[in-house]
Amino acid sequence: MSSLSTTSTDKCKIALINPLFDSNPITVQILGICSVLAVTTSLKSTLIMCAAVIAVLTLTNTTVSIIRHHIPASIRIIVQMTIIASLVIVVDQFIKAYAFEMSKPLSVFVGLIVTNCIIMGRAEAFAMHNPPGLSFLDGLGHGIGYSMVLIIVATVRELLGTGRLLGYTLMPSVFEGGWYYPNSMMVLAPSAFFIIGLLIWALRSWKSHQVEKDQ
Amino acid sequence: MMHYLNIFIQAVFVENIILVFFLGMCTFLAVSKRVETAIGLGMAVIMMMAISVPINSIIYRYLLRDGALVWAGLPDVDLSFLGLVIYIAIIAAMVQILEMVLERYFPALQHALGIFLPLITVNCAILGASLFMVEREYNFNESMVFGIGSGVGWALAIIMMAAIREKLKYADVPDGLKGLGIAFITAGLMSLGFMSFSGIKL
Repeated sequence: MSSLSTTSTDKCKIALINPLFDSNPITVQILGICSVLAVTTSLKSTLIMCAAVIAVLTLTNTTVSIIRHHIPASIRIIVQMTIIASLVIVVDQFIKAYAFEMSKPLSVFVGLIVTNCIIMGRAEAFAMHNPPGLSFLDGLGHGIGYSMVLIIVATVRELLGTGRLLGYTLMPSVFEGGWYYPNSMMVLAPSAFFIIGLLIWALRSWKSHQVEKDQ
Repeated sequence: MMHYLNIFIQAVFVENIILVFFLGMCTFLAVSKRVETAIGLGMAVIMMMAISVPINSIIYRYLLRDGALVWAGLPDVDLSFLGLVIYIAIIAAMVQILEMVLERYFPALQHALGIFLPLITVNCAILGASLFMVEREYNFNESMVFGIGSGVGWALAIIMMAAIREKLKYADVPDGLKGLGIAFITAGLMSLGFMSFSGIKL
């Protein structure tokens, strides 16, 4: 914690809050989209995935930051990769041990956190140059920014796709004698692209400085 | 023979690794602005998949899986939890070797691929293909066909995407959707097109 007291609270706030909207890893930096879309068909598996990513991201950032003065520049990618892969294995084994039935739908995607560019990107861009306390907050902020987008997409997809949320029926479907016709496209792949595309549109209409210039 | 053809067609169209499993998405969105670079990257990915998936298949079969070490007199050892680290290390090493071989024997191709070759290490499509290979228990031949098929599917999708985005420059897109937003919508429509293959049972 000593490193926290030496940095101003402003810096901490920026590290934690900025990634939520202004530099959101998914909608602005285009990082970590690979594993995002596939797990968002149900809210429950999304929540587990988010927890896994936040854990790996904060731990990697902190670890890399602690040993940053001892990593030779020429082999830093391999060192970071080894740290990330070891942490992902721990998280993967943890999920298999305590939530085995949830590890099935997540399939290979927990393993793919290794190549999730957010984690590598933050280790390289932030943790290599900043003290552990600040890196921890940066990891947490980016993890939450990532989770926020995932949870929004998963909520829309599960609710419109099945009429249920986390197993509770909110809109009774016609198959169960209700009124809602489930839109089965929502549980298929294309809807995730459309929802993220529309989300980016909404976010950029609100924060107009994020709009891309014509080339 | 039919069996291998089925695996190939399935990997290219029915279960396209980008449009159905969303793997390799970051590169797909970031490097799809020009057709030429997309073709170069597509070729590099096909090559890497064709090499790395069968090699990881051998390693899984004879070193990692439960009881794989019988030949070394260790029948009770299960090293499958080490999979991730080993696969990514193999991929990184293969990228490095491929780069050196290309530099020595095909300098023109190496020059064309440029910086995309090292970037392939962190392309999740490659690691994903290895993980799917393990999950679906493909043998050596199957994994080679699956690797090439996934690579071709990935290359096909990114080249189509680049071709569409080159034309999109002339379209009048709303401000907030410019760039990334419209790329997502386009990818969604392409994914919808590939859904029409999903009824095919092979």
